[in-house]
Amino acid sequence: MSADVELQNISVTFGNFYAAKNVNVKINEGEFFSFLGPSGCGKTTILRAISGFLDPSEGKVLIGGKDMGGIGPNKRPTSLIFQNLALFPLMSVAENIAFSLEVRGVDKIERRKRADELLELIALSGQGDKKVHELSGGQKQRVAIARALAIEPQVLLLDEPLSALDLKLRQKMRTELRAIQKSVGITFIYITHDQGEALTMSDRVAVMNEGELEQVGQSNDVYNFPQTPFVATFVGENNAFHCKVVSTEKDFVKVDFDGVHFFAKAGGDNKKNHNFKKGQEVILFIRPESIFIRDKSNKFENNFSAKLKTIEFEGNLKNIYLNLNSKMDVRFSVPNAVDTSNLSLNKEVDLTFSSSKAVVLPSGPLAVD
Amino acid sequence: MKYFFDKNGPLISTYFLISILFWIVFLIIIPQLYMLDLSFRPNLPPLLRGGPDDVHTLVHYKHFIFGSETSQDKFNYVDIGVFFNTIFTAILVTVINLCFCYPIAFYMAKVASPSTSRLLIISLIIPFWINELLRSFALRILFAGEGVINNVLLGTGLIDTGINFIAQDVALYTGLTYAYILLMIFPLYNAIESLDSNQLEAAKDLGSSTIRTHWRIVIPHAKAGIASGCTMVFMLTAGALATPVVLSSPNTYWFTQLIYQWFNMNDNWSRGSAYSILLLTISVTFVLLMMRIFKVKIGEIIR
Repeated sequence: MSADVELQNISVTFGNFYAAKNVNVKINEGEFFSFLGPSGCGKTTILRAISGFLDPSEGKVLIGGKDMGGIGPNKRPTSLIFQNLALFPLMSVAENIAFSLEVRGVDKIERRKRADELLELIALSGQGDKKVHELSGGQKQRVAIARALAIEPQVLLLDEPLSALDLKLRQKMRTELRAIQKSVGITFIYITHDQGEALTMSDRVAVMNEGELEQVGQSNDVYNFPQTPFVATFVGENNAFHCKVVSTEKDFVKVDFDGVHFFAKAGGDNKKNHNFKKGQEVILFIRPESIFIRDKSNKFENNFSAKLKTIEFEGNLKNIYLNLNSKMDVRFSVPNAVDTSNLSLNKEVDLTFSSSKAVVLPSGPLAVD
Repeated sequence: MKYFFDKNGPLISTYFLISILFWIVFLIIIPQLYMLDLSFRPNLPPLLRGGPDDVHTLVHYKHFIFGSETSQDKFNYVDIGVFFNTIFTAILVTVINLCFCYPIAFYMAKVASPSTSRLLIISLIIPFWINELLRSFALRILFAGEGVINNVLLGTGLIDTGINFIAQDVALYTGLTYAYILLMIFPLYNAIESLDSNQLEAAKDLGSSTIRTHWRIVIPHAKAGIASGCTMVFMLTAGALATPVVLSSPNTYWFTQLIYQWFNMNDNWSRGSAYSILLLTISVTFVLLMMRIFKVKIGEIIR
């Protein structure tokens, strides 16, 4: 049992402030959909509008084609998992899970049966009589999911539920959440500021900034083909070269960066590329993992050199920071296995990148980092 | 003890120690022990005190149960009646107080904006700057036969003859409920305020009705606050004097009035002490019993 969720032109205002502005998106039945954005971007507002805790100032929320206007959170076919989980500390684990059944007048034996089934689903069989505080962080997490699933909602809403966990557990829970979603088959709408979570779990991701949707698409599309400078810099790392357009050729643009010419793909939205004019101020984005040290085996269309500043060790990667024309920092990453002993500080390094990995977008605000 | 001194320094430690000891020993233990002892002694004129007649006796407690030796009745129906009436009325007042304060406390803690909540707290506190006697007399003016409420009701034609609020003890119950309302509201407010608001939303999201959310989530969470408020209101109501004196009907006696009479009008301190001890013991026993029934630990109340 599952339903699609459609947001039609949703705006939420607090005084003059737009917490959400003209949000239009259709989330498909059984989809794992994430809203990704920095804190204060309006993603929680959207979630509250879907769950019914907040009435949008404008627009409609449709669940399974039905307008949810005037229907309270206790009457919607949605279940919400709170950021702090909001488990009931005075009830046992089984009572927590079966609370939604209790309020619907399901008898005790039936409730316990359903709680035990759900405990099995979340791999906590036999722990129903424990108190909530006796569980570990990850177990609490799973109990919150089970509690939300007990009434068999058509849509499960998750408000950054993994943010309180430590890194390892978070990574483990990502896989578990995805597996649970696959097995119950209902629509999951997930809110996060962590792009790693959004990209790994979701069928589709909506990137939000200042109340507006910047881009909606599959994880790899959002990462590989960002449509706005904000998305390019918020999702993953990116180098931003502020350039001027020299000429355009089909899907590619030639740009000028302080006398150096680069070739890159012309960015655009889903339908068509932006129309770039000669002399227009643009930004060229190239990801750190797409820049290579130029040698015989690595040679692409775009070449430049920069002065080495530092090499940062990040475990699986080495991040290499360079200074270009003494005014711009460039960063690139190589796998840890790559030998960098021949690089020395303040020496020029010859670099290269493929024009198919670089994207040119019209100037616009970047994500603050 | 050494840790306490090391942590707080000699000056502050000594001050704490002396002031707490003084408070406990001189203001609580010694007077109460003196009262307890006095309650087991006959009422003697000053000259005979410490003499051969000054022995321990149960005469005052016997008087409470069986009445004076000259009385025809088997038991002291009047005093026992007053005693239980006081306890039952105090319970009733506590329950009314709880029902009345819970919604207000919940509203202040979880519904109202912080500024509204502050305004409400201030408007609750300020009337209590007026002393208890004056507040009681003010209520008497409201409830009197020719009082404000009767005049309004008669004037608007809602009733034809004035209602005797005082004889019906409506004035007394109102006065007692109002007298200690803050001692109910604040523990409730503190307890409810500490509840994570997400729990309320979670309950609602899971389909719970408002009443069930209160019954299953808010009240269990606020249990210690409820116990704390009820204990204080019950104890103070059972021991109230000014309000019953001003507002009770001529036929209703409050047990404290009897105690007051033994001490002051009859100059029988021993019997007054015995009656005080009785009131204290039964009140404390009742409170402990209730805490046992509702599974509240004494540590939780103080928290």
